[in-house]
Amino acid sequence: MNFVVIGVNHQTAPVEVREQFAIPEARLAEAVKSLAAYPGIEEGMIVSTCNRVEMLARTTNGSADLQGFLRQLYGFDPEPYRKYLYEHHSRDAVRHIFRVASSLDSMIVGEPQILGQVKEAYATARAVGAVNSQLDALLTRSFAVAKRVRNETAVATSAVSIASVAVDLAKKIFGNLQGTSVYLVGAGKMCELAARHLLAHGATQIYVANRTFERAAALAKKFNGTAIPFERLYETVPNADIVISSTGAPHAIFRKEHGERFLSQRRNRPMFFIDIAVPRDIDPELNKLDGIFVYDIDDLQQVVSSHIADRRTEADRAEAIVQLEVDKFESRLQTLDVVPTIVSLQEHLETVRQAEIDRVRGRLGALSPEQELAVEALSRGIINKIMHTPITTLKSAARESSEATTVVDLVRKLFGLRDPRKPADEDATTVSAGKPGARN
Amino acid sequence: MPLIWLRVAVVCYGVGLLYSLLLLSKRGNVLAKVVEPAVGLGLIFHFVSLVESTVLIGHLSLASIHYSESILAFLAMVVFFVFFVGYRTVSPGVVIFPIVFILTFASAIGQKPVTLSSPLLRSGWIFVHVVLIFTGYAGLFLSFGASLLYLVQERALKSKRPAPLLTWLPPLQTIDEICYRSLLFGFPFMTLGLIAGSVLAIDKYGPLFFYDPKILLSFTMWAVYMLLLYTRWSSGWRGRRAAFLATFAFIIALGAWAANSFSRTHRFLS
Repeated sequence: MNFVVIGVNHQTAPVEVREQFAIPEARLAEAVKSLAAYPGIEEGMIVSTCNRVEMLARTTNGSADLQGFLRQLYGFDPEPYRKYLYEHHSRDAVRHIFRVASSLDSMIVGEPQILGQVKEAYATARAVGAVNSQLDALLTRSFAVAKRVRNETAVATSAVSIASVAVDLAKKIFGNLQGTSVYLVGAGKMCELAARHLLAHGATQIYVANRTFERAAALAKKFNGTAIPFERLYETVPNADIVISSTGAPHAIFRKEHGERFLSQRRNRPMFFIDIAVPRDIDPELNKLDGIFVYDIDDLQQVVSSHIADRRTEADRAEAIVQLEVDKFESRLQTLDVVPTIVSLQEHLETVRQAEIDRVRGRLGALSPEQELAVEALSRGIINKIMHTPITTLKSAARESSEATTVVDLVRKLFGLRDPRKPADEDATTVSAGKPGARN
Repeated sequence: MPLIWLRVAVVCYGVGLLYSLLLLSKRGNVLAKVVEPAVGLGLIFHFVSLVESTVLIGHLSLASIHYSESILAFLAMVVFFVFFVGYRTVSPGVVIFPIVFILTFASAIGQKPVTLSSPLLRSGWIFVHVVLIFTGYAGLFLSFGASLLYLVQERALKSKRPAPLLTWLPPLQTIDEICYRSLLFGFPFMTLGLIAGSVLAIDKYGPLFFYDPKILLSFTMWAVYMLLLYTRWSSGWRGRRAAFLATFAFIIALGAWAANSFSRTHRFLS
């Protein structure tokens, strides 16, 4: 578990600092490569988004001079930024990456983009060969954890932006929005954003009315919709199911009597009014009519806030899942850690046994098949007896995180085993670097 | 034997009842995953029970109040499933499941069914009359249930604080369609059922049959039913006003159901 994370995010650093550390996409591959090649680091990955820049690495022996790496990468001394940087080791690093992937560390908890961003960063790191064995296992696990959090909690189910809340409400009224029409009164930015969302969810027809007809025409063109002169507003609005209003009018444009007229023209089919203008364009009295639903900017904001609060409660449940997964990952990694040692111990003793049998075979002369079997059984019995205690000790040590490293090292030293996952020459370098039997 | 199958069906419908109660008591839809298969299974057992008792008696028979309750419940469930297949929502069940459960339960506890001995009941015509009327009832029940849900959903949207517990409700438009289509579905059955009954009654009792409380109530219900459809067609009435009408029709339907003891034409005890 020699994982380490260093980075800045939206909680620890203001945007001025984050942009200092941001790595443009074009340079990312090269940066990851240099991270993995930095002394003391075995594997590495870099996530760089607008809200966070973090480097995740597996070190050779539990610590590495990551500050030094930052100095090398950015060409400036990171010391003045120390208070913005966070660093997590082993278990904490694992928990951190699980939380990031599950979007528990995001500015808006539960937002879905971060998982995609982590996946991209992982793909980049893999492509340059900066990720293998353990980091690979960690990342793969973090994607599974993110999925579990998503499925088992409601952190990501409720809409938390004005536009998406508007879409949700429209769906509560009209179903899948297929075939619904949207009427924009005013050609402001917010109108455009909401309309874009509604279109993306199936709305088909867009009408735009604005005091300056040219602006209406320009916006209508963007959506392939119809521009309507403002004078014809009241006669055309009943054609729309959803009306989004954001004009600068000082008084209400739509009043109760308008609503009654619209309803009778629409034969009481429901209408959804979204009022994002301040002062309001739509008289709240309209909401009292059967079949008309009016939401102003505060109503929408209120729904957003209540959803954000819901997400926070759900986030607590998600944290518990993450904690559980960290424990599981740790024990899995440790079991994986001792398996190669057990295998090489078995191989080693088997080689010794074979060699010894070959050595004495000449002196024993011709053996009957029964005798052959007896020798085989005798020698095998001896090595099994010898191996029994070390193997059980290794297995039980795997469950105690503090003991695992010591016991593995000891067994390797006692039996003179080399690391089976490394070529012989590389292993020799590790030993000569002063860390005999270093395991990975 | 048919009684055993019916009781198994009652147990299955009990899951539906529990589902409704849990939803209404705001415990969330914990049974959402099992409710569909459970009531579906109930419907199958119910069918088996009906078929078996028909075979036992030797012909389709309405010779017991229990038996007709069972048929009504069965038809209500069939109509519910027809709409479930179309709209993939069990939410009208919130109202339908308890009704079906009560009807089936009442039918299943009767150890010794009251045997009605009137020879009229052996006639195929009366069976047609009852099945048609009952299918009409089933459509009305479903429409009534859906219109209540419409009110709940509308209120939630108007209150601007859509409660998270109401997420199980389908969109307003879907509820509205269920409301309307189930009404539309039931109306021809109800109309034909009344015609069949009238023809039979004229044949047996002469024109005086009309001054019977049950028959008067039934025709009132039919009129409200018609009114519901008419207001829908003419001015697209839905929501609160439609729900009031549907509730009214439902209450009259209950009255008509209960009016057997006052009815001369519908008293089949010899």
